[in-house]
Amino acid sequence: MSNQTSRPAGSGRANMKRELPEHFRSYKHVWVFIEFEHGRIHPVSLELLGEGRKLADKLEVELAAVIAGSGHDALEEVAKTSFSYGADLAYIIDDPVLADYRNEPYTRVMTALVEKYQPEIMLLGATVLGRDLAGAVATTLKTGLTADCTELAIDGERSLAATRPTFGGSLLCTIHTLNYRPQMATVRPRVMAMPVAQEGRTGRIVDFKVDLKEEDIITKVLDFLPDTANEAAQLAFADIVVAGGIGLRTSENVQLVRDLADALGGDWGGSRPLVQKGWIPAERQIGQTGKTIRPRLYIAAGISGAIQHRVGVEGADLIVAINTDPRAPIFDFAHVGITADAITLLPALTRAFRQRLSVNRMAG
Amino acid sequence: MQIFVCIKQVPDSGQIRVHPVTNTIMRQGVPTIINPYDLFGLEQALRLRDRFGGEVTVMTMGPPMAVDSLRKALTYGADRAVLLTDRVFAGSDTLATSYALSNLILKAGETWGAPDIVFCGKQTIDGDTAQVGPGIARRLGLSQLTYVSGIDDMDLTDRQILVRRRGDHGVQVLRSQLPVMVTMMEGSNEIRRGTQADALRAARAEVVQWNAATVGIPDIGLCGLRGSPTVVKKVFAPTAREETAEMVPTTDSSPAAMADALIDQIFTRQPALQDDLLRQAAGH
Ligand SMILES: Cc1cc2nc3c(=O)[nH]c(=O)nc-3n(C[C@H](O)[C@H](O)[C@H](O)COP(=O)(O)OP(=O)(O)OC[C@H]3O[C@@H](n4cnc5c(N)ncnc54)[C@H](O)[C@@H]3O)c2cc1C
Repeated sequence: MSNQTSRPAGSGRANMKRELPEHFRSYKHVWVFIEFEHGRIHPVSLELLGEGRKLADKLEVELAAVIAGSGHDALEEVAKTSFSYGADLAYIIDDPVLADYRNEPYTRVMTALVEKYQPEIMLLGATVLGRDLAGAVATTLKTGLTADCTELAIDGERSLAATRPTFGGSLLCTIHTLNYRPQMATVRPRVMAMPVAQEGRTGRIVDFKVDLKEEDIITKVLDFLPDTANEAAQLAFADIVVAGGIGLRTSENVQLVRDLADALGGDWGGSRPLVQKGWIPAERQIGQTGKTIRPRLYIAAGISGAIQHRVGVEGADLIVAINTDPRAPIFDFAHVGITADAITLLPALTRAFRQRLSVNRMAG
Repeated sequence: MQIFVCIKQVPDSGQIRVHPVTNTIMRQGVPTIINPYDLFGLEQALRLRDRFGGEVTVMTMGPPMAVDSLRKALTYGADRAVLLTDRVFAGSDTLATSYALSNLILKAGETWGAPDIVFCGKQTIDGDTAQVGPGIARRLGLSQLTYVSGIDDMDLTDRQILVRRRGDHGVQVLRSQLPVMVTMMEGSNEIRRGTQADALRAARAEVVQWNAATVGIPDIGLCGLRGSPTVVKKVFAPTAREETAEMVPTTDSSPAAMADALIDQIFTRQPALQDDLLRQAAGH
């Protein structure tokens, strides 16, 4: 009984007529929190600008990018990028205290900004940072927050309809925030399509100041240990992903997946049990509790296709499944399937791909 | 030292289905477990208690049957267990849940001593929101340390704590001041097997049961459905795609022949990908 999904669908209040209290009627505009850390914008923020643009157009309001950090020039660059991806204006909060992400000062500035400029909708990436911040901001503002959405829409009454997977991905539910503003949601990376940047598109910059003092901030960042650039950092963004499941049978056979990925210049990963067995690192888990991927080609070898895996790969343009069991659920959502032993087919595929691609090199 | 651990009783795995006619969630007959991420919080709490002394209190807000999960937590070695159960909490979303839990923590603090650390799991496996931990932290004014993969050090005299926090691009090493709210990542520490003595004690132990009146909830209107800004309008199963996979024929084929047939299929469906791969291979 203690979470937002445990109510029966269609229960009494869901059908209640919505009457937004007077003091919330002034809440306008759609905001996207731009995650800018260690000198780079998280791609999910640009995906959200694309989605936010659609919502703002539907509501006939402006789309704003919210940019917090330290160093005005860098933040202005982020604002420019945000304009080219669809923002009409950017709020810039520049303060040395905001140099590294910490919950306390970020919650403070976000809350103050909302109170001053009153957005109707606020979107954040369902990243570690976004989820940490969104939970604290929503509680401070005492408003609703829907986590990890996969679909956003505006219903007839200007209400945000946020759809999210629940129960580990086996169900979807659509959630509304009635009677409270802003309506907040986080969205997982790679779920919304990346919009095309429009060069030369511009917007207004609004500088916002909050009185922050380092001495007042209880938590200190002592160190930051970056993930090594080559290790799985790119998996979510790879064009081609090859993944293995329990059907690989031994940890050694994970190499077969890596070889095929190498031959295709792609990246590799696996299902959750492989992480649990210690065959692959956690960063390479694909699915509901791992990475969401959106490659042009996804090859699943020896993966049954449980719902928790499925939700992480559904966005792929072409899903190819290799499984010995013709009744495996993965064949229900793959585009191309083959009933075959992955352990013998993977090396054959690697050889065949290499051959086809090298033939052309000679011809060219 | 007082450590509180919030746990939640959740249905085991994804066996949940929607009733095809009534469109309600069917939970009947699905076995329940302690949310796995909460066990990482519990184990961390027990380790700190073993090292620094003090008490570990496990708590939950839930239906009466959640007593089972609390008793289970006692078998791992928690010192006491408290259940907050009352009909007024039914239908709580994360905001209303964090309100109830923060009041439970305040009451438990008055009763046994204010907590130095409150642990939660990083998220639950049924709701997946990761919002209740931050909600509790905000309401109680505790420093919020989420996605913690390990506690490196703690100093009770200076009241400082040193943690590692997993981010999207790396690990932050943070120092904060007790009291804190920590949500634990998976894989941080496997939960111990409790001792025989723990099991015996757990079987006999009283699980403290409180209701809204006992903990003195200041505003019942902030609980349950009424106190939940988010409203579930629709619950549905993901739609199965109409057509299933096109199967590549395999009868009597060698792995090489199967590979060729499969690649033909892939390139027929994705000519642009083929072009790009060829261009890439040619070094352009
Ligand atoms: C809360 C929660 C979150 C989860 N999150 C995730 C997640 O993020 N990602 C994820 O992947 N899972 C996740 N899971 C686990 C998920 O439910 C499944 O258990 C998991 O995806 C199954 O992995 P698998 O397909 O590798 O293994 P299995 O289900 O064991 O399937 C193995 C498949 O391999 C086939 N096979 C066997 N031998 C061969 C062979 N030689 N060649 C070809 N095929 C062969 C079999 O026919 C079978 O279909 C989650 C579960 C829960 C409860």
